[in-house]
Amino acid sequence: MTAQLVVFYLVAAVAVIGSLGVVLTRNVVHAAFMLLVALLAVAGIFLVAVAEFLALAQILIYGGAVTVVVLFAIMLTRTDDQPRTDHSQRPLALLTAVGVFALLVVVFIGSDVASVADTRGVGTENETGFEALGLGLFTDWAIPFEVASLVLLVSLIGAILLARNVEDGE
Amino acid sequence: MSFTEIVFAFAGLFGLFTALAVGVLSLTWMERKTLARIQQRAGPSLVGPHGLLQPVADAMKLATKEDIIPAFADKLLFWVAPALVAVPAFLIWLAIPFGDDLAVRAMDLGLLYLVAISGIGVVGLLMGGWASASRYSMLGGLRAAAQLVSYEIPIVIVILSIAALVQSLSLDAVIGGNTVTIGDQTRDLPGQGSIPFAFIMPMGLVIFFIAGLAELGRTPFDIHHAESEVVGGPFVEYSGAHWAVFFLAEYLNTFVISVLIVVLFFGGWSWPEPPESIFGNILSDTTTNFLGGAWLMFKTYLVAAVIFWIRGTFPRLRIDQLMSFAWKVLIPLSFANLVLIAIVLFYDWPLWVMTALSLPILLGIVIAVRRRRGVRGRPRTVRILRRSAGEIGRPFSDLANQPPNPVPGEGQAGD
Repeated sequence: MTAQLVVFYLVAAVAVIGSLGVVLTRNVVHAAFMLLVALLAVAGIFLVAVAEFLALAQILIYGGAVTVVVLFAIMLTRTDDQPRTDHSQRPLALLTAVGVFALLVVVFIGSDVASVADTRGVGTENETGFEALGLGLFTDWAIPFEVASLVLLVSLIGAILLARNVEDGE
Repeated sequence: MSFTEIVFAFAGLFGLFTALAVGVLSLTWMERKTLARIQQRAGPSLVGPHGLLQPVADAMKLATKEDIIPAFADKLLFWVAPALVAVPAFLIWLAIPFGDDLAVRAMDLGLLYLVAISGIGVVGLLMGGWASASRYSMLGGLRAAAQLVSYEIPIVIVILSIAALVQSLSLDAVIGGNTVTIGDQTRDLPGQGSIPFAFIMPMGLVIFFIAGLAELGRTPFDIHHAESEVVGGPFVEYSGAHWAVFFLAEYLNTFVISVLIVVLFFGGWSWPEPPESIFGNILSDTTTNFLGGAWLMFKTYLVAAVIFWIRGTFPRLRIDQLMSFAWKVLIPLSFANLVLIAIVLFYDWPLWVMTALSLPILLGIVIAVRRRRGVRGRPRTVRILRRSAGEIGRPFSDLANQPPNPVPGEGQAGD
């Protein structure tokens, strides 16, 4: 077992424990902090895979911004000190989770991830990983990239509309 | 990674940690002395020569103080929060170059690393605020999160424009310059060794400095621990060693912002080299590196002094002023900076065009902000007196016509 593999298992274990913590804890705020642990551990997995750019982007976007926004939402909207857990939707949630997991497993087994990783790698000798990534994003994959940012724009406008409505209703 | 590399990494970490601890102690002393001079006091003067040992005494006092944990606090999070704030502040220093190829870990993605790591501290403030189970600290935590997230955007965009300027995310390239190959054409991009970016991007420097101050939560942006509003912000309930860790993180961050301003805008460790024709090559590489590190630290302390000076002279902003300034002024301005540098680089214009374009914009913004705030003509007190004189009647009108109160810097020698 190489040192890299040992580190991977350690980090992966943290990620799994963090994710379990998110689902199992009763306290919503604790769940949010466990989410941070899980997301940072995923950044660690990226690091083990020598994808530094992805790791740093993960820390920047999920570790910093998303967690803060989630916490913000929880702290500003919580009215009672004992958050309820919704029992009626449990079977549905279980179904969704198992379904998504099954889908991921099927896609992973069906794809040729292993061979692609062997032949292409992340970058060539002259380009570091993130340069290849940037070139790819803005040339070959420009349209998916722009569509993704459109989704963000739409959600931003939606959020503003929602906030406006509340203000007008009062 | 070979054994020597691991040893070097540990030695570097240990050295860095010690140096930072000393640096923080010296910064607290410097801040108290600077503030004291501004307020015509002596400052710490009893412990050691010129009070130099005061920070050590303070640290000992804090370490031995009783560590109180509120009864309703979330114990685990209460303990973790200070570390979550302080550890990123230490981690940032791994990427800072102290000399040519002399960083604990020189990274290709140094600029992104700085941005990514500095974003985590906010979570620590929110965590501390929530775990204390106190309204004040909770409010403080939320304020901190809102403020820090807002002011992170201009910082990131300015760093992005610098990355565009040097066509690299590496901090070594920011200082030493970079050679890029686009197609079959090779171009040498200037680093700060040849010209400090403060001259190319004055707008970037101003945005970075203001947003940096806000990231620190220092006066005039200290609304998240504003004493008169939320007592002590996220760390009201902390005491003893835990509070000391928050305090340490705050000064570390001050240090970080100062060193970042130096590294990104004022040439970092590069220093005016004596021309070889006069002195020959008398300086060995080691000496050059050592002098470079000392020069970097000197500039960093100068920037820190400016930060303390601002703390001593400006009043605190209100929270709405703070947020609207970030979203309506700084963020659009930082985007303008990015677009400008992109245009200049795309058309291959000389870099002074960037300076020439940004200076009028900066001036215009300053004038516009002052106009919005209504600071022109007579000082505000006089206008208020005028208004009240109109409402109330005679007795005040005499007052209003008197010359305004002496403004600092307008003569009035002595007391």
